[in-house]
Amino acid sequence: MGWLASPENTFNSRVSLIGRLLSGAGLGHLFLLLMSVPTLLALLSVVSSLGNLDTDTLQHLTTHLLPSAISNTLFLVVGVAICSTLVGVPLAWLTAVCDFPLRGFFSWALLLPMAIPGYVMAFAFVGLFEYSGPVQTLFRDFFGSSAWFPDVYSYGGVTLVMSLVLYPYVYLIARNAFQTQGRRSLEVGQSLGLSPVESFYRVSLPMARPWIMGGVLLVVMETLADFGTVATFNYDTLTTLIYKSWFSLYSLHAALQVASVLLLVVVVIIVIERRSRADRQYAQSHTVSLASSRFVLKDNRRWLAPTFCALIFSFAFVIPSLRLLSWAWPSITEGFSVNFIGYVWSSLSLSTVTMVLIVILALFLAYAARINQTLVARFAVRISTLGYAIPGTVLAIGLLAPITLFSHWLQGLGVPSGLLQGTFLVMVLAYSVRFMAVAYSPIENNFLRITPSIDDATHSLGVSGLSVLTRVHLPIVRRGVLTALVLVFVDVMKELPITLMTRPFGFNTLAVRVFELSSEGLWQRAALPALAIMLVGLIPVMLLIKKTDSAE
Amino acid sequence: MNHKSHNLLTSVVIILSLVMLGGCGKNTDEQLASDQQEEQVGSAKPLVVYSSRAEHLIQPVFDLYMEQTGIKVQFITDKAGVLIERLKLEGDATPADVLITVDAGNLGYAAAEGLLLPLQSSILEKNVPAHLRDDQNRWSGLSLRARTLVYSTERVALEDLSTYEALGDEAWQGRLCLRTSKKVYNQSLVAMLIAEHGEEKTQQIIESWVTNLAVAPLSNDTKVMDAIIAGQCDVGIVNTYYYGRLQADRPDLPLALFWPNQTDATSGQPGTGVHVNVSGAGVLKHSKQAAAAQALLEWMASHDAQAIFASVNQEYPINPDIAIDPEVLSWGEFKASKLPLSRAYELQPAAVKLMDRAGYR
Repeated sequence: MGWLASPENTFNSRVSLIGRLLSGAGLGHLFLLLMSVPTLLALLSVVSSLGNLDTDTLQHLTTHLLPSAISNTLFLVVGVAICSTLVGVPLAWLTAVCDFPLRGFFSWALLLPMAIPGYVMAFAFVGLFEYSGPVQTLFRDFFGSSAWFPDVYSYGGVTLVMSLVLYPYVYLIARNAFQTQGRRSLEVGQSLGLSPVESFYRVSLPMARPWIMGGVLLVVMETLADFGTVATFNYDTLTTLIYKSWFSLYSLHAALQVASVLLLVVVVIIVIERRSRADRQYAQSHTVSLASSRFVLKDNRRWLAPTFCALIFSFAFVIPSLRLLSWAWPSITEGFSVNFIGYVWSSLSLSTVTMVLIVILALFLAYAARINQTLVARFAVRISTLGYAIPGTVLAIGLLAPITLFSHWLQGLGVPSGLLQGTFLVMVLAYSVRFMAVAYSPIENNFLRITPSIDDATHSLGVSGLSVLTRVHLPIVRRGVLTALVLVFVDVMKELPITLMTRPFGFNTLAVRVFELSSEGLWQRAALPALAIMLVGLIPVMLLIKKTDSAE
Repeated sequence: MNHKSHNLLTSVVIILSLVMLGGCGKNTDEQLASDQQEEQVGSAKPLVVYSSRAEHLIQPVFDLYMEQTGIKVQFITDKAGVLIERLKLEGDATPADVLITVDAGNLGYAAAEGLLLPLQSSILEKNVPAHLRDDQNRWSGLSLRARTLVYSTERVALEDLSTYEALGDEAWQGRLCLRTSKKVYNQSLVAMLIAEHGEEKTQQIIESWVTNLAVAPLSNDTKVMDAIIAGQCDVGIVNTYYYGRLQADRPDLPLALFWPNQTDATSGQPGTGVHVNVSGAGVLKHSKQAAAAQALLEWMASHDAQAIFASVNQEYPINPDIAIDPEVLSWGEFKASKLPLSRAYELQPAAVKLMDRAGYR
């Protein structure tokens, strides 16, 4: 029992041992490469389809569908990226740097739309605003049956709905940037006599650029991978073609070949994003409390800010959740069964475990990449974070192939193998391939806050290895870690294709429940689990905002 | 700083271990419970089903099977294409015994990929009409769904309706609503039109439908009916059970179903009948208990199971001798198409491509 006496010392010496190994260039690289292996295997099984071209199907696709699918995809990605930035960044700046009525409430409330699965939001919106929906019906009652109303099933409709679900990614990560910029940068602006708006454009915004780009990149990847939302609008993208080839034309090969095109688009976008970062440094030596130096908005602005917040909040959260509530209400007591508690528990525990594991891995990934700034390291990081852009179903099948091979191999060795029958291990592994980018992005950006002089000081104090991470880096990137925890938690709550494919028998999450009922058109019954996803997703969001705001 | 980082790390570790413990505890409990259950009912191994039919539609059937035979049925649900791919990857290591899908095309695909075992079952042959089974008996239909016309009782006279093909007539210009061509129900409907008319004629029919569309194709059958109620269009094509659900909510629905293709317009002879599809099942080639799996399929075609399997979703029983649910029967009796459904798979890719060419999104 001797170790009980000084657990901290033992812990530290052990950790620093691992740290020494990790920072040893060879082992650091080994870790990075290991991290990228699962994604690499999944990507390989996608790209390997190119060796066996399904010319018949591909010819049909290229003649009739591919050109419009590509242009639709690009338009959608650009539109959603712009809209989520225009919504997310100002909101982040207002709630982080300014002071106005209800600021505290909007700080966390504006994150909630993230917890609504995209296709649920799409269905709620389409139902409200289409020709047969209540809004247009009322509109016709007032203005006559031939009065013009914008078509919901349109580019505008799908872009708007996707932006409403996805802007929180930009909001959360940008807010993190504005908060960690600290008081000094605001004081610089104030001392130069800049108004709040000028200070936003000339000080805060340029300094937050990598954060914002990181958030937008997540939005772009999610948009590219989306199937459910665009399907509700019957808006054909590359993902639509993947599903059509696979499920309707029975050609998985053609599907994977289209997926390869999608991957190419993603790689190009990532290269552009990396280039735009150039070699600037974004370090910030002091993270001093913002609370005392917030811009207190006056006159019109004092009310304009909460009005803007309220407008976005109503469209992105209040309206869709009221819609869900109106569906769920008539049979709400039947909905709450013993099973229902089970779904909630499954979702909650799965998301928590996965969240913690993925964030720890991402932390190591960012740390190992920071201390090993080589081409191989950068490549390994890029690969490990590609999974977010691949449509979930394709990624799941891509992962299943190597897992199955491995399982066959184990059986060959005489190891009784339950791997195939869906174990939590496989589930969590697949999630980590899918969501590594979500955890990595905010953490990596906060590593930018660590100046070279901090590292120098650390070294001169004789701190090395992993204890640099735990004792020096972790406190600085703490907000990034918290952001990552929330993003991953909510994303796992919503996740569907991987959950469907890898779950053990009888294991149902809220997202699976929503999918099963809604795909049968039973929205009245699907609404309750959908609301539950939002309520459960609320818990970490509130904890996060409380943590980060109190730390100010 | 040091202190803080340890706090964070410690709480993370604590949360993690708590949840892990919770998870494990729960699993062992479940394991125990299911072990006990198995002991109670003897040595029968549970059957494993991969199903693209939703949980709430199959769970009651399997519960009844457990009650009657003591055999437990475990299942997972997913999209048919994914399940089939999974079965291909798993090969002979698959735990699954039975595949259930909601469409004959998917069953045909599974059969063509060599996943299904040809069955020799006099029970299935007796209970399931031949055109609703695979020509090599690798799968069998288990419930029947009809895809028929729905119209506004306020704006459409019954005598104006006749066939699917006639929805392309000029009289329906700007009055037709359709669900998107991405749904398998429409793909198999068009596949059957190809089986009957050939590709060239079918493409003309689909093009004439597209010309008559009042709005761009909608994302589901309920939306088609909503659009008709709202006056956006007057006629559409839907699966009957969607009509049943809407009717349950609103008994005064200004909509009615119409059974098309009952008589041939030109000759006056009997027509080809209403388009039907099945949800059905097959036994997997790599099943370790194929006989037990076949017994499950045979039971699902029996009176007891059909009473639940079909009626839980307001579908039609696969066996024509079994009484139809009274409410479903109230929509009227009809002559169904006798075209063999095994052709749905063969013609589905052609149907999809044809609809793409015709601009039916």
